[in-house]
Amino acid sequence: MTNIGLYFSIGIIVIGLLAILRYSLKGKDIDRRIIFLFMFITVASSLLFKMEFPEKPTLIVKKVFNKIENLPEGSRILISFDFDPAMKPEVMPMANAFVRHCMVKKHKLYIMTLWATGQALMLESIEEVLKPEFPDAVYGEDYTSLGFKAGGVGVLNVIITDFRKMYATDEHGTPLDEIPLFAEVTSAKDMDLILPIGGGAPGPKEWILFVGDPGKVPIAPGLAAVVAPLIYPYYPKQAIGLLGGVKGAAEYESELLRNYDQFKDMDTPALSMMGPQTMAHIVIIAFIIIGNITYFRKRRMNDNA
Amino acid sequence: MDWQIFGVWLAAFMTLGIISFLYKDNVFYKAAEAIFIGISAGYWFIVFFWDSMVGKFYVQAIESPEPEHHVWVGLILGILMLARLSNKVGWIARWPLAFVVGATAGLYMMMFFVSNAMVQVQSTIMPLWETGDGWFTVFNNIVIIIGVTCGLVYFFFSKKHEGAFGVAAKIGIWFLMVTFGASFGYTVMSRMSLMLGRLDFLFGTWLEMIP
Repeated sequence: MTNIGLYFSIGIIVIGLLAILRYSLKGKDIDRRIIFLFMFITVASSLLFKMEFPEKPTLIVKKVFNKIENLPEGSRILISFDFDPAMKPEVMPMANAFVRHCMVKKHKLYIMTLWATGQALMLESIEEVLKPEFPDAVYGEDYTSLGFKAGGVGVLNVIITDFRKMYATDEHGTPLDEIPLFAEVTSAKDMDLILPIGGGAPGPKEWILFVGDPGKVPIAPGLAAVVAPLIYPYYPKQAIGLLGGVKGAAEYESELLRNYDQFKDMDTPALSMMGPQTMAHIVIIAFIIIGNITYFRKRRMNDNA
Repeated sequence: MDWQIFGVWLAAFMTLGIISFLYKDNVFYKAAEAIFIGISAGYWFIVFFWDSMVGKFYVQAIESPEPEHHVWVGLILGILMLARLSNKVGWIARWPLAFVVGATAGLYMMMFFVSNAMVQVQSTIMPLWETGDGWFTVFNNIVIIIGVTCGLVYFFFSKKHEGAFGVAAKIGIWFLMVTFGASFGYTVMSRMSLMLGRLDFLFGTWLEMIP
């Protein structure tokens, strides 16, 4: 039934694209709302009929996975949720995948956010992924949460020398000195890996500039696709690897599934999104081709006239 | 009344209100937009009040047994910023603004110079081939060197772009175009993800049509 629905939707899309091509070849303009409608049908049908493709991690994602995989048990990893609900669909899957991977490898997890709107999302990851899937994890011993602190790059500039100067307490008001995870931690330089997730400022770029480079701390950012091209130049020297948009998240999820049987039933929102993404991209490419065919045809007709 | 269900319906209504702008501007879009702006402003105000005014100022400067007096400077500068609300003394707001601009510029200047200039140059000046490198790494290194060199040549306007220099500049343009294309592709993927997120909410959480 699912396949019938999917083929039916693809059929409608193909017929529609041909109709648009025919319409535009007649020299008529296409209303932009038709384009929107097409995108809606494409994305909605692939979403409703669960179109999925297998993913294979690229080298740049694999390096992040291998880094977490090969760190010795008990390594200190900091995850920063520097994003808001608008970015959630593409970066939350990578945040949850990082949390799962770090916990299954029994690393010590330090969670924080530089965005006020990241606080709720950070809690969501703790409450819906970390606690239910790793019930034996003890707060303060296996993971801790610093919550949100205003100040942006100012925060980074301070924690590179001393966490306690910026965070007197954790998110719950417990002094850092009373938290076992902070017993041997003075600054961000004591982290074995930092995973900043986001796509704005302050975000992964600021983590590289203000913490990674001066503190010589390995950084592996998870990025909203729109900023990924801006961070690529930092790879591989200043960022050991990176996850770019929902594609990067899907690759990471697939790698988790491939390596850990216990995650075979886990929610994989990024992998689920790649089907609709692929279909949407195909339709956009089709629109570009139709636009160009029409343009060159018009130009030839004008030249002949 | 189940507030969870109410919240989902409200969120669905707001989402449809915003999406309706794709058809044309309308009252539902305007209402959703105004509510979003208002709630955002209120949310940020409350968060910053508790984090900065209470968490940073009150706790550190008043409540603490060892008060940090320098925090008062921040409070005073913050109050001076409010002078913008007055036409007569609005000029006073330039002082805290100058402090913010100066401090931020100072903070960024060194970091940008080190990370975006020195380390980037260091990363570009590299051997084309090292023992153990695969052919793909060598190919990548060649592309980086050609791309950086030709890109720089394109932005060198003191000499006319002709002959070998012109060819290099043209290759530079091609590299720039590929960069813009990649950037646009990523932007499309990003925006599609946002749309998918909302459709997933509408069809999954709201209408429960996704198994």
